[in-house]
Amino acid sequence: MAEFWFTYAWPTIWIVIKILFIVVPLLIAVAYLTYAERKVIGFMQLRMGPNVVGPFGLLQPFADGLKLMAKEAIIPTGSNRVVFLLAPMITFVLALVGWAVIPVADGWVLSNINVGILYLFAISSLGVYGIIMAGWASNSKYPFLGALRSAAQMISYEISIGFVIVTVLLAVGSLNLSDIVLAQQKIWFFIPLFPMFVIFFISGLAETNRAPFDLPEAEAELVSGYNVEYSAMAFALFFLGEYANMILISAMTVILFLGGWLAPFDIAPFTWVPGVIWFALKVSFVLFVFLWVRATLPRYRYDQLMRLGWKVFLPFSLLWVVVTAGAIVAFDWFPK
Amino acid sequence: MIIQAFAFYLFALTAIAAGVMVISARNPVHSVLFLILAFFNAAGLFILLGAEFIAMILVIVYVGAVAVLFLFVVMMLDINFAELREGFLQYLPIGALVGIILVAELMLIFGSWVINPEAAQIIAAPSAAPAEITNTHALGRLIYTEYIYLFQAAGLVLLVAMIGAIVLTLRKRPNVRRQRISEQISRPVEDVIEIKDVPTGSGI
Amino acid sequence: MDQLLLEYLPILIFLGLAIGLSAVMIGASFVVGPNRPDVEKNSPYECGFEPFDDARMKFDVRFYLVAILFIIFDLEVAFLFPWAITLGDIGVFGFWSMVVFLAILTVGFVYEWRKGALEWE
Repeated sequence: MAEFWFTYAWPTIWIVIKILFIVVPLLIAVAYLTYAERKVIGFMQLRMGPNVVGPFGLLQPFADGLKLMAKEAIIPTGSNRVVFLLAPMITFVLALVGWAVIPVADGWVLSNINVGILYLFAISSLGVYGIIMAGWASNSKYPFLGALRSAAQMISYEISIGFVIVTVLLAVGSLNLSDIVLAQQKIWFFIPLFPMFVIFFISGLAETNRAPFDLPEAEAELVSGYNVEYSAMAFALFFLGEYANMILISAMTVILFLGGWLAPFDIAPFTWVPGVIWFALKVSFVLFVFLWVRATLPRYRYDQLMRLGWKVFLPFSLLWVVVTAGAIVAFDWFPK
Repeated sequence: MIIQAFAFYLFALTAIAAGVMVISARNPVHSVLFLILAFFNAAGLFILLGAEFIAMILVIVYVGAVAVLFLFVVMMLDINFAELREGFLQYLPIGALVGIILVAELMLIFGSWVINPEAAQIIAAPSAAPAEITNTHALGRLIYTEYIYLFQAAGLVLLVAMIGAIVLTLRKRPNVRRQRISEQISRPVEDVIEIKDVPTGSGI
Repeated sequence: MDQLLLEYLPILIFLGLAIGLSAVMIGASFVVGPNRPDVEKNSPYECGFEPFDDARMKFDVRFYLVAILFIIFDLEVAFLFPWAITLGDIGVFGFWSMVVFLAILTVGFVYEWRKGALEWE
């Protein structure tokens, strides 16, 4: 009995506790990201944003959550019930499990697997399922069109994300996320690989269906895209999943290009701050840019969006992979 | 060890159950979803074997790309599936033949291990990488140098696939308005706008 | 080997917990929320019209083409991953080996570009 306790039960409980330490802050971050989005865009448009519920409207996300909880869950007639409910679950689950491999500070990672970046790439390539399934299962025209657009858009930009990741890996020599961060001790990768950083960020916007690439939910023409038919918690799961995905993409940007948990300068006052704070600050900054872009730019047209993905980003990132590799081979800059 | 065995049976049984559902589900979309489940469990089995890279590539390529195409086709192509089902018995002999060939091939492989016990070791030899090398590194060291011809052949297969896909699916559509950015930009300014000097109070 | 598997165990548990959490959340909205269905409420949204016909229709073949091209480029990326991290070991020969591979695929890419497979309007 005692042996069972120490070899199986206790490690499992410990893992569950660690998972809770990831999930709970993440969900709070998602809640306040929706709040921050409304506040930031509000101020950019000279409005106040939410300011009624609680001091400065700080309790607004919880009020929204409670409201969605109390709404009626509608499953439209003619829809495919199981797939209809499975779709938001998939979106939400994928947005959560990606965090299992994210190192938030030195050694602070749930599972330090050798192929961490491939795992993240795989998770982000699965994100398309939640949307296709929602669009198909609703059996309604707008969700269907929205899902179709969204799927084609996500897979188009996924390729450039893949090439960008390869360029970073050339400079690292490992697929482990902690190794990727530690390889940036001398210089953060966004300086030598600046064009790739820009492509990754823009592809990230397209991958998470954010403005200016939010065609799947273009409210003017498709009312709200793939989630028109959803209500109550099923809608909330899509919403949470989408924002958690935004945070995940920002965390990937920080790990690949902005030095993860590393302090900007390796000298005294900066290194006193714990790594996790730096990580959170950097992620918040990237998220702020996400919101800033949304408040600033108009929506892309679909043909221009596909053109940008296939005719600009794809050839350019492929070329840059070869150029980077060539430079590494020619000047003998191999990572140790 | 117990957890490992438990995980193995979980993945293996789910994979088999999902496989059965793929061929027995009524709705083709459900079939594809079960196929995805089967791929996932296969990836889990690969991880149990220690082949993490293959597991992740299985998820990225098969689940993330191939199954998306399958879903596109079965969800949105307007095929009458009841009609397809009627031809089921017609295809049974061909299906059975493919099945028998597969079983025969598996038997040959296992048979060769029985006949020549060293054969298994010969296969195992190149993959016996030292523990400190991850299997992605081990693969990378072999594919691009040792197996360069096969690697380039894979490139050619992909090229054929790309050209084939375009030849089969691309149709020229007349009467569509395209955006030609070069024309837009190279238009002389005089054609586009005209600046008129309007005196105050008189209009044009 | 065991160490490797041990790193994956948390992911499996995480996956289980996440599925459980999302199932509870979906289930809760059926328990907590009101449930008063009627025909109009449950019909698919179509800007106030009665839905005309089944929404699952044929669509432009180019969406399939995008999916097929995506598979091909995804495989290309999959080949690049091990190459990127072992470039130091396989050196100049490995580099040129990949350049030839990419050149073959660039031929296909140029072909599809010239053929107009990447055009949308």
